[in-house]
Amino acid sequence: MIAEIGLAALWLAAALAVLQLLAGFLGVRDENSALVALVRPAAVLQAGLCAVSFGALVYAFAVTDLSVKLVATHSHSMKPMAFKLSGAWANHEGSMLLWITVMALAGGLIALIEHRLPKRMMMATLGAQACVAVGFYLFILLSSNPFERLSPVPADGNGLNPLLQDMGVSFHPPTLYIGYVGLSVAFSFAVGALLTRNVTPEFARAMRPWVLASWIFLTIGIAAGSYWAYYELGWGGWWFWDPVENASLMPWLAATALLHSASVLAARDALRTWTIMLGVIAFSMSMLGTFLVRSGILTSVHAFAVDPERGSFILVLLALYIGGALVLFALRANTIAEGERFALLSREGALVVNNVALSAILAIVLLGTLYPLLTEAFDVRVSVGPPYFNPVSAIFFLPMLAILAVGPMLRWRRDSFERIRLPVIIIAVVTLAMFALVLVLSDIGLLPLLGLATAAGVAIASFMPLRGRNLLRTPLPVWGMCVAHFGVAVALFGVAADTAFQQERLVAASPGDVIEVGPWEATMMSVSPVAGPNWTAMQGDLLVSYDGGPMREAHPQARSFWAPQGETSEVALLTRWNGQLYVALGNMAEDGRWQLRLWWKPFVTYIWYGGLLIAFGGMLALLGRVIGDVRRRSAEVRDEERRIEEAELAAS
Amino acid sequence: MMRWLLLLLAVLALVQPASAQDRMPPAPYAYTQLQDPALEAQARELMHTLRCLKCQSQSIADSDAPMAGDMRHQVRARIAAGQSPDEVRAWLISRYGDYVSYDPQVSATTWPLFVLPIVLLLLAGTILLRRLGKRAADDAA
Repeated sequence: MIAEIGLAALWLAAALAVLQLLAGFLGVRDENSALVALVRPAAVLQAGLCAVSFGALVYAFAVTDLSVKLVATHSHSMKPMAFKLSGAWANHEGSMLLWITVMALAGGLIALIEHRLPKRMMMATLGAQACVAVGFYLFILLSSNPFERLSPVPADGNGLNPLLQDMGVSFHPPTLYIGYVGLSVAFSFAVGALLTRNVTPEFARAMRPWVLASWIFLTIGIAAGSYWAYYELGWGGWWFWDPVENASLMPWLAATALLHSASVLAARDALRTWTIMLGVIAFSMSMLGTFLVRSGILTSVHAFAVDPERGSFILVLLALYIGGALVLFALRANTIAEGERFALLSREGALVVNNVALSAILAIVLLGTLYPLLTEAFDVRVSVGPPYFNPVSAIFFLPMLAILAVGPMLRWRRDSFERIRLPVIIIAVVTLAMFALVLVLSDIGLLPLLGLATAAGVAIASFMPLRGRNLLRTPLPVWGMCVAHFGVAVALFGVAADTAFQQERLVAASPGDVIEVGPWEATMMSVSPVAGPNWTAMQGDLLVSYDGGPMREAHPQARSFWAPQGETSEVALLTRWNGQLYVALGNMAEDGRWQLRLWWKPFVTYIWYGGLLIAFGGMLALLGRVIGDVRRRSAEVRDEERRIEEAELAAS
Repeated sequence: MMRWLLLLLAVLALVQPASAQDRMPPAPYAYTQLQDPALEAQARELMHTLRCLKCQSQSIADSDAPMAGDMRHQVRARIAAGQSPDEVRAWLISRYGDYVSYDPQVSATTWPLFVLPIVLLLLAGTILLRRLGKRAADDAA
């Protein structure tokens, strides 16, 4: 019964999306049409219905309703409750339902709270949002119904892939999806602005919080995903340039560029066409990512060709929406008047360089991700991995960091180098000093060396914009920018330090053996069996000490799950301020010794601290913008009231 | 008759080439490092750029798959025998095809990977020069 309610709510939501689409676009043609009043309620109600539908699916998973096919194939009655719940979106159908629910919630929210923009433009925006939603409703309802029943009902479910039975997976996909789909709002705003020829600073100010919020979620989602891969896969890697990772990185790169160009448009009324273009591209990258991950094309192009139903469906949606938006852009771009002018040496100039570099990195990641798929279609298999992505993206990334260091100190419109000469010299000296220091003290590769040097420079530079300001009166968005840029330096430092200085020890050990890795000394005490709710494991007991310091315990496990069968490595992580010791237990060798893998990873944690700082900076900026908007609005309301009172006084 | 069938089944159960291979003990260098740190560093760097053919998007340095273990053993053994990383890579490519290497080389099938970034670089440069250069000129005038 609950499943049927979920399905019915989804169909109703789809019907409302069609209504919103038609009424919205009618409203663009004729603002006084009777249907216009229905657009906002349709969007809000749709959000409610989707929430009900998603709730129904989560409920079916919570009670392990095995008559629902999706539950039977992806859950198991013995699973811990947290993983039963997260199992609802750890599969194709459920994740698509999550996608459309987030999209409906975002659409409902703009319908509810966004009242600043001209009415026609809002109608176009909500119409565009509904237009995208309709495609995804059709996709779910026709090819991926999550509520399909199963008869006869099986005795128990198949269970969830053990790798996914982890708290990381409970939060990673929803965070990432909120980010992905939040960008649909930017897309709809861009389409709305194009349709009604309304590319203005007001449009950018309305769109900016949405881009910012999506970008924060994407940042957290990517950082969480990377940390999950780091501790769950058991080999200490945190970024693989794997197509699935790239699928989440590409929208982030586009959103980062969009964020910066929207700021230029909002503050200076420049970069109009460019901002619109990025708005279209950002969500296009989200859809492309969904296509890559959900169509099965990554496993094999040929597997995709054999069972192409879902894949082709998304591909058609992708072609329609991206193609449609680009055609609209091509038709309307020339009607957008050129924005305000600015000099090369100005805040805008720096942001243009930043945008071009980010777009170039995006293009490279896109190329490296899609090219192997393209050649595979012609039966030529090539692999593109870190040896390609690292240096090629660094060509654009390093100059971008140089601009990142200097740009925020520049004034809008036009500036002179003399004004910022001192801070630039300081930054350059710090960077070169770090470069020389590392070069003399150690023998590491060129990329990590450049990484460490620029990280130092950017770290100093990120707080330079606060120079000469009253810190208490500095607006929150400026603080946000400084914190986020500092986060970039911190993350870069972590990446470079781990790449350059990590130490690895792979040994076969028996109880009593002492293993040294970097400054750590680990003593293997014993290996004993332990059991959990749906797994058994061999657990290693080690005593480790850093540089002769106090002993700490480490308990890495090699787990075996039985429903479904699978093995995972639960690594032991010992965190210090300056890095992590990573201990993984492997199999027993023939002679009864145990395989142990230990890594000393100096400053590796700074990668994710940096990611969180970037997201935190975004939150500060968002908070500042929202507070600013609320203040402005209440000031307007007060002005209005005063005017009415004065009019009344005058009349009496 | 029934007895013969059961016997046949028993024999079939014993002959399971795939899983038998998986249960074989891993080759010595699959989970053990080389003694010489310099050679091990070479091997490590190389292993991070070789694809585990049985996994989805993992290098052989990041995988528990038995085949990745065998390949790690091959890499370490050959490096220890004095081969250069490039020779080992070439040998693996001759055996498994270009697909095994994450480091694409310029060839008839991969040239767009290298030409497009250069085009991109030129394009980015032109955009910046034109947009910003024009503005500077306009402002000066």
